[in-house]
Amino acid sequence: MNSRFFRLVCRLVIVSLLALHLPIRSANAAMIGTESAVDQTVVAQNRDKVEAFMSRTDVREQFQKMGLSADDAKSRVASMTDQEINKVAGRIDDMPAGGSTLGTLLIVGLVIFIVLLITDILGWTKIFPWTVGPRE
Amino acid sequence: MIQQRARILAGVLLLGLLVSGCATLESRTLLKNPPPDLPPSAELKSVPFFPQEDYQCGPASLATALNAKGRNTTPSDLTKLVFLPGRKGSLQVEMRSATRQQGMLAVTMAGRMKDLFTEVKNGNPVVVLQNLGLSWYPRWHYAVVIGYDLPRENIILRSGTIERQVMAMTTFEHTWKRSNYWGIVVVPPNEVPITATKESFFASALEMEKVRQPAIAETAYGAALQRWPGDLAALIGIGNSRYALHNLPGSESAFREATEKHPQSIIGWNNLAEVLSELDRLPEALTAAEKAASLDGPNQATAQETLASIRKKVEKQN
Repeated sequence: MNSRFFRLVCRLVIVSLLALHLPIRSANAAMIGTESAVDQTVVAQNRDKVEAFMSRTDVREQFQKMGLSADDAKSRVASMTDQEINKVAGRIDDMPAGGSTLGTLLIVGLVIFIVLLITDILGWTKIFPWTVGPRE
Repeated sequence: MIQQRARILAGVLLLGLLVSGCATLESRTLLKNPPPDLPPSAELKSVPFFPQEDYQCGPASLATALNAKGRNTTPSDLTKLVFLPGRKGSLQVEMRSATRQQGMLAVTMAGRMKDLFTEVKNGNPVVVLQNLGLSWYPRWHYAVVIGYDLPRENIILRSGTIERQVMAMTTFEHTWKRSNYWGIVVVPPNEVPITATKESFFASALEMEKVRQPAIAETAYGAALQRWPGDLAALIGIGNSRYALHNLPGSESAFREATEKHPQSIIGWNNLAEVLSELDRLPEALTAAEKAASLDGPNQATAQETLASIRKKVEKQN
């Protein structure tokens, strides 16, 4: 509810900013950013910016739901670029999150264990450090 | 019911095996024809090791790479920046942003085994994301490549709780391929990794500008200019970073050089005009702005705006 309200307010603010023709580019309106020289169009940059403006709140809330303190969530979101925020927004649940340890494997059934054992031995996977792959 | 499920599972497995079995691996080519520009083996033995605690391979491998390049930090310092308890892991974007917060660049690797080896040969360990499991049963894991051995067909990693993991090269490639070959080289801003492309290096410098670290960005663009002499994006980047640092004379000289080497660049002329205008050298600013506005290109609208605003300023003074 809260976030929906906030999002509505954000949208209104953005629309009014655009309507007022206030440059979102802020202080240095007439300077052209380095990204233009690195091949990004101005349109794409501005779109990134508008999208990220709304997504930052979403990502922060998600981070808090995933166990970060309010302060940590805030500073971690602040340290991401607009592009990164847009990449993460709405996808935190299914993006790869590297953290593998062996403990959780024990819960998994015997079938998966055997399959992975075979694929380990064939050298396609490396779940178990003690398997001897081809030519190791 | 169970039988049916088992049959479906068996089918899926068979298909999975067939698909992964057919994949062509760069390792096989490298092993068959060892590249003449690479030594047969190399290992960065002095790279420190931080054994990971539960699910903390992100902070551990990042600490490994940062310390190897002289940035002293510990996994527990980095946990605050990259670990996500709800996912029991670390996201790729946060690995990058944490690197930046340590004042270092995270340069994306191209997905090539040979590039990994080339970086190692030149003293840079590479942080990689592996999927140690299969696509339908992923075990995402960060590790650090510190060596390779072509005659023994191995790759050497600092990984998890294993200080020196020796893995068959082909196995490693399978696990790396499943993360879409994600890898970063962590370097101080004055160093361009040997395998970096213009695209990947500028992306990491640009990120520094975006997260308001203009001093670091300036250093990075400076390094880029040494690697790619006269490059327009590097000169513009230097000018813009100095502008953000309120170093207007420095900014002017970078944009001047950009306009001399790239007289057709709207960005160079436009930004030069803007800096000169802020330095209150209006006649020169006007000349530069007119030049910018006379050129064709995607930033033409901005150039027109700059010209208009400088003209207004001139009128006010007269």
